[in-house]
Amino acid sequence: MSATVTPAPYDMAVVRGFALSTLVWGIVGMAVGLLAALQLVWPELNLPPYLSFGRIRPLHTNAVIFGFTLGAVFTGSYYGVQRLCRVRMFSDTLSRINLWGWNAIIVAAAVTLLLGKSTTKEYAELEWPIDIAIAVVWVVYAVNFFGTIARRREKGMYVALWFWIATVLTIAMLHIFNSLAIPVSMWKSYSIYAGIHDANIQWWYGHNAVGFLLTTPILGLMYYFLPKQANRPIYSHRLSIVHFWSLIFLYMWAGPHHLIYSPLPDWAQTLGTSFSIMLILPSWGGMLNGLLTLRGAWDKLRTDPILKMMVVGITFYGMSTFEGPMMALKTVNSLSHFTNWTIGHVHSGSLGWVALTCFASLYYMIPRLWHTTLYSVRLAEAHFWVATLGLVLYVTSMWISGVTQGLMWRAVNPDGSLAYTFIETVDAIRVYDMIRAAGGAVFLLGALLMFYNVICTIRQGSAEAPAPELQPLAAVPVAGGK
Amino acid sequence: MAWNWHRPLEAKGITFSVLTFLAVAIGGLILLIPPYFLQGTIEPIDGVRPYSALELEGRDLYMREGCINCHSQMIRPFKTETDRYGPFSMGGEGVYDRPFMYGSRRTGPDLARVGGKYPDSWHWIHFLNPQEIEPRSNMPDYAFLAERALDLSLTSRKLAVLRGLGHPYSEADVEGAAAAAITQAEQVVASIRKDRIELSDVQTRSEMIALIAYMQRLGTDIEWRKAAAAPASSPRTASAAAPESASDAGATP
Repeated sequence: MSATVTPAPYDMAVVRGFALSTLVWGIVGMAVGLLAALQLVWPELNLPPYLSFGRIRPLHTNAVIFGFTLGAVFTGSYYGVQRLCRVRMFSDTLSRINLWGWNAIIVAAAVTLLLGKSTTKEYAELEWPIDIAIAVVWVVYAVNFFGTIARRREKGMYVALWFWIATVLTIAMLHIFNSLAIPVSMWKSYSIYAGIHDANIQWWYGHNAVGFLLTTPILGLMYYFLPKQANRPIYSHRLSIVHFWSLIFLYMWAGPHHLIYSPLPDWAQTLGTSFSIMLILPSWGGMLNGLLTLRGAWDKLRTDPILKMMVVGITFYGMSTFEGPMMALKTVNSLSHFTNWTIGHVHSGSLGWVALTCFASLYYMIPRLWHTTLYSVRLAEAHFWVATLGLVLYVTSMWISGVTQGLMWRAVNPDGSLAYTFIETVDAIRVYDMIRAAGGAVFLLGALLMFYNVICTIRQGSAEAPAPELQPLAAVPVAGGK
Repeated sequence: MAWNWHRPLEAKGITFSVLTFLAVAIGGLILLIPPYFLQGTIEPIDGVRPYSALELEGRDLYMREGCINCHSQMIRPFKTETDRYGPFSMGGEGVYDRPFMYGSRRTGPDLARVGGKYPDSWHWIHFLNPQEIEPRSNMPDYAFLAERALDLSLTSRKLAVLRGLGHPYSEADVEGAAAAAITQAEQVVASIRKDRIELSDVQTRSEMIALIAYMQRLGTDIEWRKAAAAPASSPRTASAAAPESASDAGATP
């Protein structure tokens, strides 16, 4: 990739739109998550019918996954694909449809989930009209994304694009096949799959939603924004190749680890466990490629909160991709399954890896999108520390909570009878649920600091570029090996 | 560090994307298709029958309220699980579950075999105010279900859709779905009233009745509780314990 570029008027309006909607949905989703956490400790905070835990929890997961995380992926990929291809988006109209259509979908999701319109399939709770809308908007994104790649003025596709390509294709496949259902009415349908077949396809979807919404597109963000922020090329192109192909291939086999000791056939469970263990290697390949990109630039960590977030994010990626395979082992799973350990694991990945990487990418983009500098680096620094504190409180309390409850469920008296009633195990974890809620509140506080920082940044900047909107690529190549 | 053999591929958008799609498609094909054809994936179980009209409406309410977010319906084959909840879950029991209802977090206890564990009146009191039965419970109350009329306008169509998907409902089952639901609701109401609980007219036709019918159905396709329960009473109408003493039952595992 050469240092000189032909100026091209990139479309940054869609990126600015997604950047703002990402932040808003992040705060909404995290606030709803905090409410859900508090409801577990104080059930009187349930306000049925609309604000009871059973309806709140899917709203939390949908808002943070599809509003916040996917919003950040749209933001980062619209920002990155134009620069990596050195061409404007394929179609501004499709970009607008993507931006407004997607946000309309999230609004519709929030309303219908609170009204109790739910298929109950985790992370696929939305009913069929919204599912169709998701498929349409996703195809719009795909056409726009691939159209841009097709018209690119840069011969080679940089590694971030690979991960986004995998995301676009895989999510389309997962969403369509898992959501197939026969409608009864506008807001009610029955899955075409039943029982364990439904369980099988649901966790093929659910696990790979983790893989292709919370992992591959975030790796795309890492591959684009980490070298930019650190001003260093990616450590190893060879490692990128190896870990990309092995990651996307292996991920798709690991879904049955959500169904260990269920009636799913044993061969499928064993495949799920085996591929989960194998996944450690490509996952850590990505982690190492990220961390080693900082070689020679570690001193920047002292002063740069964006890099700090990225490094802690990548580290949590490494930790949760080790923890996950361990939890896929039958012996460990027999203890961890159905407990808060699972919730802690998910949040170590989603708060640690996903949210921090998304925050860092947004901190990188937003001053550039509004042609200014970040309003306050100190506030961003505070955000980093607050987020890390919240994260540690959350994850550690959930580990202890999960192991405690798992051990109590299986504890027996000398005569072999069960040692604890169920309610005793609920009582035992209440204090950890409080710490978890506190951790979540602290993490949300960090997001609010960021929101304030971003608003002030936007106010001092301008969407109109003083110079041409295109900023030349940094003199240092983003891809290594040339 | 560069591997030059991969460079040409990075310049070919379509080839790269096709290969990517193949790489992700294989795992799904091998995991998802064979279970439909392999013998022994699901061993058929005698006595497994589709939900009655009222139970189906109750199940849809269970979905609407998101009960799955706190209650699993999947008992694992460990002694400590089967002691606590009953026989482990079997694939043959889920053939009419669209979608499946395993869940992934037990904030509350597993419900796969809660059917027949408590009398209908216990569920009535518990849904109105869970803390009345177990003060330490963190379950929200569902009192509003007792005041909301059960909507039976879609019941026939629901059964028709499921019949199209292979559930063995007869033509008469589909057409008479609403009437059958009302008849079964009257049985539930009678069983609650027998335990000296006053129900208003609205309450007798409420959503709560359907949800209780669904609760009592869960896990009863195999007859495992009969051995322990009073021999004459069927699980649906069992009321072995008066509600006053039911709080004790709430504390048992």
